[in-house]
Amino acid sequence: MATRLRKYSQFESWLRPDPSGLHCLPGGFHIDPVRPVDRAIITHGHSDHARPGHRAVLATRETIAIMQARFGPNAAGHYQESPYGQSNTIGDVTVTLVPGGHILGSAQVIIDRMGCRVVVTGDYKRRPDPTAALFQLVTCDLFITEATFGLPVFRHESDAGEIGRLLGSLQEYPDRTHLVGAYILGKTQRLIALLRAAGYDRPIWLHGALASMCDLYKQLGVNLGELALVKDAKSKLPGEIVLCPPSALKDRWSRRLADPVIAFASGWMRVRARARQRGVELPLVISDHCDWPELVQTIGESKAEEIWVTHGHEEALVHQATRMGKRARALALVGFEEEAE
Amino acid sequence: MKEFAALLDRLSYSPSRNAKLRLLVDYLRTAPDPDRGWALAALTDGLPFSFPLRRTLSEIMDRRSDPELFRLSRDYVGDTAETVALIWDQTQPGVDPTLTSDPAWSHRYSHVNMQGGATPLRLGEVISQLAHIDRALLGERLESWLDGLGTTERWALLKLLTGALRVGVSARLAKTAVAEMAAREVTEIEEVWHAIAPPYEGLFAWIEGRGSIPDVTQALVFRPLMLSHPLERSDWDALDLAKFWAEWKWDGIRVQIVSRCEKTALFSRTGDDISRTFPDVVEGCRFDAVLDGELLVVRDGQVAPFGDLQQRLNRKSVSKRQLEQFPAHVRLYDALLIDGDDLRPLPLTERRTRLEAWHARTSPPRTDLSAIIAADSKDQLQQLWAATRDASIEGIMLKRRASPYVAGRPKGLWYKWKRAPLTLDCVLMYAQRGSGKRSSYYSDYTFGVWRVSSSVQRELVPVGKAYFGFTDAELVEIDRWVRNNTVDSFGPVRAVAPKLVFEVAFDAVQASTRHKSGVAMRFPRILRIRWDKPAEEADRLETLLNMMPTERPIEVRVKR
Repeated sequence: MATRLRKYSQFESWLRPDPSGLHCLPGGFHIDPVRPVDRAIITHGHSDHARPGHRAVLATRETIAIMQARFGPNAAGHYQESPYGQSNTIGDVTVTLVPGGHILGSAQVIIDRMGCRVVVTGDYKRRPDPTAALFQLVTCDLFITEATFGLPVFRHESDAGEIGRLLGSLQEYPDRTHLVGAYILGKTQRLIALLRAAGYDRPIWLHGALASMCDLYKQLGVNLGELALVKDAKSKLPGEIVLCPPSALKDRWSRRLADPVIAFASGWMRVRARARQRGVELPLVISDHCDWPELVQTIGESKAEEIWVTHGHEEALVHQATRMGKRARALALVGFEEEAE
Repeated sequence: MKEFAALLDRLSYSPSRNAKLRLLVDYLRTAPDPDRGWALAALTDGLPFSFPLRRTLSEIMDRRSDPELFRLSRDYVGDTAETVALIWDQTQPGVDPTLTSDPAWSHRYSHVNMQGGATPLRLGEVISQLAHIDRALLGERLESWLDGLGTTERWALLKLLTGALRVGVSARLAKTAVAEMAAREVTEIEEVWHAIAPPYEGLFAWIEGRGSIPDVTQALVFRPLMLSHPLERSDWDALDLAKFWAEWKWDGIRVQIVSRCEKTALFSRTGDDISRTFPDVVEGCRFDAVLDGELLVVRDGQVAPFGDLQQRLNRKSVSKRQLEQFPAHVRLYDALLIDGDDLRPLPLTERRTRLEAWHARTSPPRTDLSAIIAADSKDQLQQLWAATRDASIEGIMLKRRASPYVAGRPKGLWYKWKRAPLTLDCVLMYAQRGSGKRSSYYSDYTFGVWRVSSSVQRELVPVGKAYFGFTDAELVEIDRWVRNNTVDSFGPVRAVAPKLVFEVAFDAVQASTRHKSGVAMRFPRILRIRWDKPAEEADRLETLLNMMPTERPIEVRVKR
């Protein structure tokens, strides 16, 4: 332990994990804490990052809107909006949020202290997404990256290609409903936007659990085209695209649909066993996280000499960063869900 | 490779048999020769060569990737071939792109996914090169192929080389797809199957009407079997016993012995060649005939329970010990060809006369004839049927004396009259989601009976698993019950509260090392759902044990 402290002392004296999460001592705040704290900076609205009960929250306008929609307006004692790029002085540090490219409103947290710069990515992806601001690369001294897909087997295909496969299947099986499992926040809206970008202009049908987050995206200015609820459908929706949360794919709910083709949009679909476990017939490798090459690329481009790796497959990415000549360590943070991407 | 890879990819994700069949037919119709023939070989009997793939791959990956990253990836993916296919883009000969510090490095798009400008690699070319390759050069060749292919094609190539595709397609389904290409019966394909060899160009020429049917006269080929119908009440009532005779229905597996010109093959009922598994039967057969019979384990003239035969089934090779402990035997009941004469058009009585005369003359070792049961009246026969509890007998066969030998399941000629099933009241323990149309239903049930260890202590031990015997309406009800009574879940399996009783019918009970109870039911099905019956009143393990045949199978250890 002593060795490790000496090795990382430059940052560990003021930035380190505690039981609540990643704690910045001179700023007096935690980033994405898992327990209620005095002051929280929230990178994005997914429930393993944004939790209720903090006294004060700093986040983007969209993230705050998502938190309020999920937990009610009084989920935090006080909200402070920070637009992307705005510098906020908090205690002895300066905090700036820049786009993380993960979902609507997602941010990386930049912490500047005495000429030293730390970037905490939260969850992020590099490729363009019609529903999220494009990831902004910021060079730094310490880069704290996620590692959800931190194994070299993970390489996401092009979004357009995967959407093309979904539309191709729809042509091949015009009598079957195409039921696509997608996470409620972010993936659902991105899928809809990608379908629209591919020229699909029919109504897209939703499981009830997806409706409110889509409404919120619309209020925040994201165009999703015509949406309808499955419960209002007059038929079994043959040949239509229906989106539902992953848990509903094999639920009794899906029996109302016409011999559905079960699809699932997730980076995990790259691995066959994961698709088969879920009984997926049409796996779509569409992810809101970086794949391995993007993680490795970003570690290189960050220019940071020190890399901390959080939730996911830390071991392989730490190994890789070390091979790249970085000082690297796994940062064991509690409370993050590997599966929920 | 592209079309073949797309086929395997889609097969591996398609849950239903019909969808698989459609994919296969589409592929076989559109893919050119010899690619499709090799694909068919890979899906049925396998390719005519094998390679030390595991070792070759590990040598390649040692050279091309970081061992730690490969190990972690392999652990996660759980399949070496798939891991290599997925990780390949991230490796390079000599240099590892993810190691370079050059900021202009374009890791992703620099990779060439096609052999630069060359024609795409074809399955037929892979096979023809592999057939002659020097083993020492395999690694190098494989590496250059992998460099030229996309992810799915790499996976398919490696799966092909492992010799086990594992895409949920049986050899029979693949043959059925060939038959469907020309709206033929699968039995027609099975009949010529053993006379043809990959890449089956003659087969496709015949199927597509461009050539004549493959010549089977010189080969040891399987002739499709004549099958029976279950005897219904109305069949029995209408049956004129004078026109039929009865034989015992032996509890073994149906086989066909084909022998001519000093060569002999033993086929299963679906035409799989199982000669290598039963050398003890095959070696004594040197004659010119095609015979129909039941494969059994017979010890000192006594037929052993089916469990003993199971010790011999599904093995690529058989040990001396197994040959001694579980000696195989064929009990013959029909002849299709004898000494070059096709007897199939003749009535059963004449075939039998020929068979008896031939057997008396030839008497091959490890064979005998299945006796004809003497019964003067239907009443007498029914009494015999009801009284039969011998472990080796499943019931009675009723065969029309005038019946020719007709492939398939012709009506009104042969009936199987299985003895009444055993039944037991069991308690539902686990339910698993089905597949295909049943994928949203808990339709596969594991059930148990009580093992009582003292007056206060008892536990349920599983004895069987069944997924049919109930109606669709009942399935909906059981499914709802399972969801409302779940106490634990593991992936697709739910453990339920021990409250629901099934009356389970089964043909026999045999020792099993797989079940905690030490026994397993044969062919269990749900007879009735006893919503009314309290689980405490379900049957005990002793009851089931008492139903076991008295002759205990030897050398089967029971797990406690």
